[in-house]
Amino acid sequence: MGYVAVKGGSDAIHNSLELVEFYRLKDAVQPLEIEQIKGQLRLAVDKVMGEGGLYSQEYAAIALKQAEGEVFEAAFIIRAFRTTLQRRFYSETINTRDMFVKRKISASFREIPGGQILGPTRDYSQRILDSSKAFETIEDVKKFVEYFKLSVDENQLQEIIQYGKVIDLLANEGLLKPINPKEDRKLVDITREAIKFPAPRSARLQMLARAETGGLMAMGYSSMRGFGSVHPTVGELRYGQVPVKLKDPSGRIRYIGKIEVTEAEMIASTSVSKKTEIPSYTVGYGLCFGQNDTKVICMGILDTTMRNPDASMPANDQEFVLYHTEGIESMGFTNHLKLPHYVTFQSGLKNIREAIERKTATQTQTSPSKAE
Amino acid sequence: MVENKKYVNKYNFAFIDEATKKEIRRKLLKAIAIPGYQVPYSSPEMPIARGWGTGGLHVTLAIIGADDIFKIIDQGSDASVNACNLRNFVRDMTGVKTTFDTAEATIIQTRHRITEEELQANQIFVYQVPQPEPLRGVERYENKTRQMHGEADYAKMWVSLYEQFITHGDIMLGAGYPVKVNDRYIMAPSPIPRWDVPNLNHSKAIHLFGAGREKRLYAVPPHTKVEALEFEDVKFHIENFNGTKCVKTGYHKAFLDELYFDDGSKHFLINDSNFLDKLSENLQPVQHSNPYLNQIKDEKN
Repeated sequence: MGYVAVKGGSDAIHNSLELVEFYRLKDAVQPLEIEQIKGQLRLAVDKVMGEGGLYSQEYAAIALKQAEGEVFEAAFIIRAFRTTLQRRFYSETINTRDMFVKRKISASFREIPGGQILGPTRDYSQRILDSSKAFETIEDVKKFVEYFKLSVDENQLQEIIQYGKVIDLLANEGLLKPINPKEDRKLVDITREAIKFPAPRSARLQMLARAETGGLMAMGYSSMRGFGSVHPTVGELRYGQVPVKLKDPSGRIRYIGKIEVTEAEMIASTSVSKKTEIPSYTVGYGLCFGQNDTKVICMGILDTTMRNPDASMPANDQEFVLYHTEGIESMGFTNHLKLPHYVTFQSGLKNIREAIERKTATQTQTSPSKAE
Repeated sequence: MVENKKYVNKYNFAFIDEATKKEIRRKLLKAIAIPGYQVPYSSPEMPIARGWGTGGLHVTLAIIGADDIFKIIDQGSDASVNACNLRNFVRDMTGVKTTFDTAEATIIQTRHRITEEELQANQIFVYQVPQPEPLRGVERYENKTRQMHGEADYAKMWVSLYEQFITHGDIMLGAGYPVKVNDRYIMAPSPIPRWDVPNLNHSKAIHLFGAGREKRLYAVPPHTKVEALEFEDVKFHIENFNGTKCVKTGYHKAFLDELYFDDGSKHFLINDSNFLDKLSENLQPVQHSNPYLNQIKDEKN
């Protein structure tokens, strides 16, 4: 009997997997190519890379295809894949001042060094469903790309330069809060050891960088809207390519490639508790793979809130924020409710039935006396 | 045609890389050295979802060798879909022999049950743990619960048990009944029914607990004192099946599942699938022995 039952379970899984594959392909249309996903679902790929914690557009695209576009699932596949890869090196700290900037804006000043550069953004697009996309052909695509390239005069292009940061302006004027010497600046690796609380800032920022965008947004928004006190200003938000370097065994720093990141520096004023304390600004920091403005802005907000612990505001509570915005873990646990729980349920059932029996027994004992 | 080898990926024996397996084994040694103490560990992501047995898998994959014989149950059953899935994963990644026979297995991974058949000294019992912190119900902050364990400050826990007794006339904890290990740490035995809790006490086998999502490992070494929390006058007790018998074997001294047939009639069946199979085949498996079980025997004889 045992064997047959087990066979049943294995068969059920097998059939379910075949069925899900059938659902993915049943319309028998041209399969998506990885290049198409990489190229045309760029922002989904960026999300998967960020939450998956692995910078590879190609693997993220494969995962998206495999998961039928479900970003959670794709990020989970990438996370599981990346743990099979050995960590051979730690890179040198990435310097975003070296960024090849594609987008750079500041809400704090009307003009900033190098100017406001919108770059590729949907911020000022009108969200009108463009039904012409339904009939897009390869010819249209080529035509547009050609037109776009022709509109750029390559001889007129300025020399590529790196830009100073907006926060430097504030720092030079002494408006930024000096670094607290008591702050725990230990560098931990959250992929190698479990986070402990209170967590050093390095661990918090790493957790936020892999956290789920929607979760971060809910927490960040809560702090701005009413369950907190942070309403920061975008000091600077930039998106572009940064070089990655590492030290080889001989001690030489070597360039190994470049990655795309989005970075936010959110400026908030500090709450001054003592009268003697001088007011100043603090910077909340956010950085993630690819282009994801929402994520880094919320990281910046939460970086600020978590430095001011306050149990009455969810966003100021490290344990609350970090544990519950971790998308892979929260998705897994939420879905585990679908697993059978009949043993635990039976155990609780016994307690409830006995408690009901005790209650009814005492009520029948007491009710005649009440009648008297 | 040249074969495209770009995406070919070979996995290490037991999936996890050796450095991480070593880290997990070291943390397990620490867990065994301090019975009931929760040791934080790396808890790498697995191709199995968080909350679906990753912690148990980490433990199994870190300790398993080519000669091991592996059994896995979920809700007491070898047949549960998730047990099948994890069994296939472990088998594919290690090539070890798998079994349904409790007595034959050297490593038994479980979710929510201890086998009815008594465990032996050569066996390792691995638990999938959803919530390793027994104090989470009374203290929500990890930072504080670790401090409470450090100081053996369990007052809040005792008060909550007392409050349950006052409100409901009994301690209302069901599966995952908290225990005190080696007179020191209060520990969550994972959501096993109260029926199984006494079988942890002075067990011959090693009991290893893995909570993947919460990134904690802990252990009960062999021959270690494990007591369910109780008061002098309000005692711990196991689930009472009131002499109900298994519909298939007529046996009444095992944890029973409550089944509802298509006609709405209620029946009971032994929960442990291998124990049920063995009883059906008259193989007379040796059951755990504890005062609570023995009491049932006495009543009937």
